Amino acid sequence: MSLFFIVALPFFGALLPGLMNAAGRAACAGVTFTVSLAAFIGLLTNLPSVLAGEVVMARVDWIPSLGLNFTLMLDGLGFFFALLILGIGLLIIAYARHYLSRDDNMGEFFTYLLLFQGAMVGIVLSDNVLLLLIFWELTSLSSFLLIGYWKHLPEGRQGARMALAVTGMGGLAMIGGMLILGQIAGSYDLSVILKNRDLIQADPLYVPALILILLGCFTKSAQFPFHFWLPHAMAAPTPVSAYLHSATMVKAGIFLMARMWPVLSGTPEWFTVVTTAGLATMVLGAVIALFKHDLKALLAFSTVSHLGLITMLLGTGTAFGAMAAMFHILNHATFKAALFMSAGIVDHEAHTRDIRRLGGLRRLMPVTFVIATLAALSMAGIPFLNGFLSKEMMLEEATHTVLFGVPWLVPALATFGSLFSAAYCFRLIGHVYLGPVRDDYPAKPHDPGSGLWLPPAILVVPVVAIGIAPFLAEPFVKLVTASVLGGEADVPKAYFKIWHGLVPALFLSVAAVVGGLLLMAVFNPLLRLWETTPRPEAKVIFEAIVEAAAWLSGKLIASLHNGAFTRYAAIGSVAIVAAGFHAWSTGTIALPTRTPQAAGPVPIAGWLMLVAATCGLVFLHRNRLLSLILIGIVGLMVSIGFVFFSAPDLAMTQFTVEVVTIILLLLALNFLPKRTPVESTVLRRVRDVGVAVAGGLATFALAYHYLLRDAVAPPISEFHLANSYKGGGGTNVVNVILVDFRGFDTYGEIIVLGIAALLIYALTETLLSGRVRARLLNRKPDQPQAGDMHPMMMVVLTRVIMPVVLMVGFYIFLRGHNEPGGGFIAGLIVSIAVVMQYMASGFAWASARLKYPYHGVIGAGVLIAGLTGIGSWFVSKPFLTSDFTYVRIPPFQEFELATAALFDLGVFLAVVGAVMLSLESFSRLARRENMPESEHPMDIDPSRDDPPPDEAGSAREAV
Amino acid sequence: MELLVASAIGVMTAAGLYLVLRLRTFPVILGISLLTYAVNVFLFASGRLTTGAPPVLRDGMTVYADPLPQALVLTAIVISFGMTAVVVMIGLGAFLGSNDDHVDDQPDGEEDGAESTS
Repeated sequence: MSLFFIVALPFFGALLPGLMNAAGRAACAGVTFTVSLAAFIGLLTNLPSVLAGEVVMARVDWIPSLGLNFTLMLDGLGFFFALLILGIGLLIIAYARHYLSRDDNMGEFFTYLLLFQGAMVGIVLSDNVLLLLIFWELTSLSSFLLIGYWKHLPEGRQGARMALAVTGMGGLAMIGGMLILGQIAGSYDLSVILKNRDLIQADPLYVPALILILLGCFTKSAQFPFHFWLPHAMAAPTPVSAYLHSATMVKAGIFLMARMWPVLSGTPEWFTVVTTAGLATMVLGAVIALFKHDLKALLAFSTVSHLGLITMLLGTGTAFGAMAAMFHILNHATFKAALFMSAGIVDHEAHTRDIRRLGGLRRLMPVTFVIATLAALSMAGIPFLNGFLSKEMMLEEATHTVLFGVPWLVPALATFGSLFSAAYCFRLIGHVYLGPVRDDYPAKPHDPGSGLWLPPAILVVPVVAIGIAPFLAEPFVKLVTASVLGGEADVPKAYFKIWHGLVPALFLSVAAVVGGLLLMAVFNPLLRLWETTPRPEAKVIFEAIVEAAAWLSGKLIASLHNGAFTRYAAIGSVAIVAAGFHAWSTGTIALPTRTPQAAGPVPIAGWLMLVAATCGLVFLHRNRLLSLILIGIVGLMVSIGFVFFSAPDLAMTQFTVEVVTIILLLLALNFLPKRTPVESTVLRRVRDVGVAVAGGLATFALAYHYLLRDAVAPPISEFHLANSYKGGGGTNVVNVILVDFRGFDTYGEIIVLGIAALLIYALTETLLSGRVRARLLNRKPDQPQAGDMHPMMMVVLTRVIMPVVLMVGFYIFLRGHNEPGGGFIAGLIVSIAVVMQYMASGFAWASARLKYPYHGVIGAGVLIAGLTGIGSWFVSKPFLTSDFTYVRIPPFQEFELATAALFDLGVFLAVVGAVMLSLESFSRLARRENMPESEHPMDIDPSRDDPPPDEAGSAREAV
Repeated sequence: MELLVASAIGVMTAAGLYLVLRLRTFPVILGISLLTYAVNVFLFASGRLTTGAPPVLRDGMTVYADPLPQALVLTAIVISFGMTAVVVMIGLGAFLGSNDDHVDDQPDGEEDGAESTS
């Protein structure tokens, strides 16, 4: 099966559990299992190629310009991890089916689980580091969802947040490291990076890249000092703990270290950092684990410890270390997942995970006892179980490792860690399963159904099989090791054997087991000592850091982003002034190159009207209605100015926009106070005048300056003029630019317009559903209302004129490509025609005749424009490439058909929809619940104080 | 003529700034509208001033007004309508919610103002 399918299956499959949720728990789990199984089988079909030593590749260019390609690679290492992820995943799914209670939403759980599985498979199969980073972040996110799956538990939420914060930060650091690595190697493809060991290690940026990448790996794999999130993640349901936090996700960091081993390892920096972190994690985790009373917490810290062990092995940088690491990953995944699942069974049956309240379960739960004991003994390093083999290899490697120039340091610490490791394993067996049967369990424990014990039992099979017959695993582990080494070193010849003779590792191993037993003998005094020793609590430190960071960013945000308009305006103004000052102080002023054009009487008259209206607006702005009329004059003069300066399209747009804007402001003014009171002091007004005049003078000077000078570089307008007819098939260059040359801009533009309209609609809905509604309902008009709500003259006129306006709009639309006009202007004209009906005949009357909701009109417009653009893909052209042709249908003249017209139709619809939706939303505020829904076009407002006598009669006459 | 256009831009900017500094929703909206006019004319003028030569191709014509700023300003006009509408809606909602059309919370009512918006 193609690698794409293996990665894609869990992602697409993630849609299914939610759908199957209603079909029952078995169906839900079944479909998840099937999806995983399909991916698992797909992986196995690639086994022959992998065994033959080939590297299976699959490649699709995604964003080649960024070096981001969807490239997948399957070699021994990737296969090994994918096998663990999908194989253990299958067992976990089966286990979770029986573990989750009826109150849990199973569809949600399995959706998250499949998302995680897909992301994880993506990590191990990625051949592109950027792609790998995307999957890496996806695992952090899906892990967040899974840890917080029991949303009602505060521990779950806190644990999820902590895990996301720590692994997310690590992920960010890793992005930086990977980008550096890609820059050094000149490619983001792993297969290329891995071949450039010398180049990368010689680069001065090698150490920063190494540290950043290791930060990502250490946070993900819970290495000291980032180990603290893992125990808190145990608030997740046990299947999640077993899957993510022991077998797979926490191994992602280790996977990456193994993946990068050929290029990053072997340097003193790598050796010191990785080995030290691994060793510290291993010892610390083991010591803490021994004193944990929560079964899952014990296992969590033991996982931390074992991850440290593997990290240390990778840190040594020798081929034997890498082989031991790979072997231990396999062994740890099997016995630890089994242990977690058995802990889940104990929790499920006895209703407690507290070791102090358990004991004697051997007689009550014999099957679970056998499974857990075999797995725990393997973890302790007892011969004939697989943990013994890899642990002995670890000790063997430790005896050859010299850290900080002290030859005994690593072996001593490794043995010390193993000793505690053995001790907590014995404690797990002894305090939970052995001992006398108690009579105070929270629930009567007994062995569960096979659904719960079978998955861990299956995992125990390889634990024993590899332990007795190590040669079974040897070829596979060596294959994986070969792909880790990547040709940088030879695979070690050493055989996997139980008996190596009387080597130092054996003595250390024996010492660890015996020491573990001795520790158990003095456990109670030790525990008292431990509990009286003060220790730093990681969670408290973490929360203090988070709190400090939140406080700091809160301070920062509150000063910049306090919600006050004035603050934003001030920040913006200061930035603009600073930019202007920079330009002023660094630029030069050339002499004028254009001669000023003489102004005739008409422009001067227009200018006078504009200035008069603007000044009038300033002086009369307290009377709000009057100022609306004045601003209408300003807009009108601006549009006349556009006509004068050869911009007919602009003039038409400005003019029509002016109409709808004034209507909009009138609708708003209906609710607002009609006058602005005098409240600022004279001094303050003088200051404001000063600011305003300074700003005005600056813009004046800037505009005047460039109007008298030619552009510094030739503008691209000549291109548009030359190609408008040839390439775009239209003679109106402005319209061709809009729908063709810069069609993508326009497309974005109509989307923004649509979003603005929807925002207005949403705000209206919010207002109408909140406490404002009561205020609106009880609102008394603050000035006398007109007696006839819908004057007859206006009603008749608007209805007669409607078809004419629509025809004009249609005409303007059609001619737009060659003459001034087009979708924007036509849309505004048609909107005005519709608004007129609302104004004249009333909201209810107009709404009742409305067939299409305005949201739909906006959507249709954006869709039509988008589909027109997509259409060009079918002829292998880039998005929004336009085409045109000339056709003749007798008896008409020859005319042009252009795809741009279809795009313009989309623009037209979006504009109509957006304008109408905005205005309609405003009108809805003015409507009251008790308003009579009159079907008649003309009626009299009954709420008026002095109703005219024969209102019904006059209304009837008018119909 | 350049002087007329440039001074018109300056006058509209100054008036717009003054109105925005009134810090009540309605004058602020009018002020922003004036600033929009000023900015649009400013952008339009970046194509320099040409009379009697609209950028509609005709046989025999060789000089046209610069079409590019026109196309950009056309969309700017339409977008500014959308922006004005949103601002008006926000201002209206704030007034209806608090019966106060100042754009900033007033000092005495600052506490409850902050609570109700958060």
